Amino acid sequence: MTLTRIASAFAITTFCFAVTSLPAHADELQDIQALVKQGNYPQALDRTNGYLASRPKDAQGRFLKGVILTEQNKTAEAIKVFTALTEDYPELPEPYNNLAVLYASQQQYDKARLALETAIQTHPSYATAHENLGDIYAKMASQAYDRALQLDKSNTAAQTKLSLIKEIFPVNNRFQRPTIKPSVAAPVAAKPVVVAAAPKPITPPPVQTAPVAIKPAEKPLEKITEKSVEKADIPKQDTNQAIVSMVNKWAHAWSNKNTREYLSHYAADFKTPKGESRAEWENLRKERISTPKKIQVGVSALKVTLKDEHRASVTFRQHYMAGALNTSTTKTLVLIKSGDTWLIQQERVGS
Amino acid sequence: MAYSARARWVVSTLTMLGKHTRMARTLAFCSQHRGKLLVLGTWLVLLPLTEPPATAMGSRPSSAASSRSVANTPEAMLVQSLLDIQNNRLDVALKQINTLLSISPNFRLAHLIRGDLLMARTRAIATLGNTPGPANQLFDLRDEARVRLQHYLDPAPLDLVPEYLLQFDPGQRNAIVVDTNKSRLYLYKNENGEPRYVADYYITSGKNGAEKLKEGDHRTPVGVYFVVGDLPKAKLSDFYGEGAFPINYPNEWDKRLGKNGHGIWLHGVPSNTYSRAPRASSGCVVLANEDLKSVEKFLQVGHTPVIISNDVAWIDRKAWKIQRDSIDRDIDAWRRDWESRNTDRYLSHYAAQFSTGEQSLAAWAAQKRAVNASKTSVKIKLSNISVFRYPGKENMAVVTFDQDYRSNNLSNQMRKRQYWMQEGDTWKIVFEGAA
Repeated sequence: MTLTRIASAFAITTFCFAVTSLPAHADELQDIQALVKQGNYPQALDRTNGYLASRPKDAQGRFLKGVILTEQNKTAEAIKVFTALTEDYPELPEPYNNLAVLYASQQQYDKARLALETAIQTHPSYATAHENLGDIYAKMASQAYDRALQLDKSNTAAQTKLSLIKEIFPVNNRFQRPTIKPSVAAPVAAKPVVVAAAPKPITPPPVQTAPVAIKPAEKPLEKITEKSVEKADIPKQDTNQAIVSMVNKWAHAWSNKNTREYLSHYAADFKTPKGESRAEWENLRKERISTPKKIQVGVSALKVTLKDEHRASVTFRQHYMAGALNTSTTKTLVLIKSGDTWLIQQERVGS
Repeated sequence: MAYSARARWVVSTLTMLGKHTRMARTLAFCSQHRGKLLVLGTWLVLLPLTEPPATAMGSRPSSAASSRSVANTPEAMLVQSLLDIQNNRLDVALKQINTLLSISPNFRLAHLIRGDLLMARTRAIATLGNTPGPANQLFDLRDEARVRLQHYLDPAPLDLVPEYLLQFDPGQRNAIVVDTNKSRLYLYKNENGEPRYVADYYITSGKNGAEKLKEGDHRTPVGVYFVVGDLPKAKLSDFYGEGAFPINYPNEWDKRLGKNGHGIWLHGVPSNTYSRAPRASSGCVVLANEDLKSVEKFLQVGHTPVIISNDVAWIDRKAWKIQRDSIDRDIDAWRRDWESRNTDRYLSHYAAQFSTGEQSLAAWAAQKRAVNASKTSVKIKLSNISVFRYPGKENMAVVTFDQDYRSNNLSNQMRKRQYWMQEGDTWKIVFEGAA
């Protein structure tokens, strides 16, 4: 789960560079991106090298090269490229971030942590680095737990690495401005370094779907109208409402300890948090939900992001109370529409 | 990174520490993480360490005199990091745990706490060990944390002395007292006949608790035992760690009660772990390898008493002296009455339930009467007397001595062991045999 987030962050930062380049350069870089998308890495690398021949210091070209090398599993070379970028452009947080991703893939979590902390030092508001740092801590924690419990997780570690590479370029929103973390692109676009490398005014990136925020926090659950039937072309607001309603039902089922209903909100291809089997995960959930005498789950500050008519994500504050335990966490559900209902495809802590 | 800002502890696992938590502080702390408030659920309730008052007897030795410096033990470092957590110094706590792990890389509980400290930076944590790991292993580690903490929160009254150590024989340099409830082993030394505290250590005992009854019940026996062997590491599998010291379970009293089983040892831990859970052994008393190494140099095969209790009773010097004098007086009365050849007076020291294991009191009395009839003079000298009170419900003591018996027609020397039971104000013999 955690590394997936790192991976998508990686893709997003890649994209940031791409969209902020000058038209001429942007064309070339976008062509290269297209090659990458096709999986034609050797050609993509050739063209990147060609692009860099005339402008060896170009941050975006070098960044893209680092990404391609990562895609080719040439981790050591990719690390070299990103390390050099951090030396030449220490004020850019993204190379540090991606360096951290590479270190994390090698399970060098301490190095990854240092890289991310540096990224945060240069840009205290760099949300991706913060989230990734959280993930690194979680991975380090998980390592510590494995040692505590003497679990051998070497096999799963190899699996996480594979999923990282697979997900560097999500097929879906390659040329979209990232919708989940819109703050990421902004500081990069405004950076003078990029301007120096390409001294013409920066073309603002095309504005894509902006996150739609719905705040039902003050409204009790029952006031939200439930529209179970939805059409492909219904207004966005209705879709948003359907998702909010779904989240509320999900929280409600959880609170009622109705595991059957609760589990019915999960898609058949739900990505279990630890890659365990669906049955294992369901059993664990059933156990967790049935154990406490009383559970109360509330949601607030819901923020729905639509990717397309069948895909969306929703981020919210989850207030969980069971026994003496009282937590409040940010949670994101990645949703997929199946028929008329939205189902959870992925569930994670954080936005 | 500044993760901690305001403090508000929410107590969720007070129960973890159980009944011994005194004036449990209810604390909670939050971490401010870029505007998002991460609540670090409380999994610990701690109190500052208090130094027990030292008095003449059984006083805590100065750190210079101690066999190890308390502050530098892995356990003390672990506890220190927990205190740092209490004071909302998570970074300091993590540093401390990292240092500890560099010294004791197999300290699994330290790894668990490290995991929590790291996890606390990313999300709220609610318990000790925020991982859906195997439930029994997590239970064991939490139990170990509870036991180790309790030792610091509710320290043993080291100004007092375990009531078992009434009298050393001059050749006994040390004694071991084990508290299975507290998972603690206390090492005492014989200082001119008085017990003096040397050190204490975390231990593992039987997975089903104490009061062993029979073979395979995975319980640790309660009683007065002696170290009877020394099995070097080279002769053992890795499971026993740095070595093993068998004790004489079942002892004479155990056999009388029909208890059975064998192979109760003091031993170390496998090389892949620093320690084992408080209740995990098949009945043995298990020490961390480094602790076993510290203790083993004090052990004398055939001499060192190992007194195992499930709840050590501590008494002050005055009570100790009264008890010791009382039984010493009765032992000497028994000796004198034997010398007097007044068989009735001699037999008055034997309890109705006396047995040698082979002879009942009646058979014993008949034999003694017959033997004494042939005597015109008897001289008995007792030396190297040791007296150890028996833990548990019976008011009993194990007395061992060298007996030098001289009479007109027979002389012999033997090492003898007696079990004495207190009946009202007087002590009577319930078992007698060769040691």
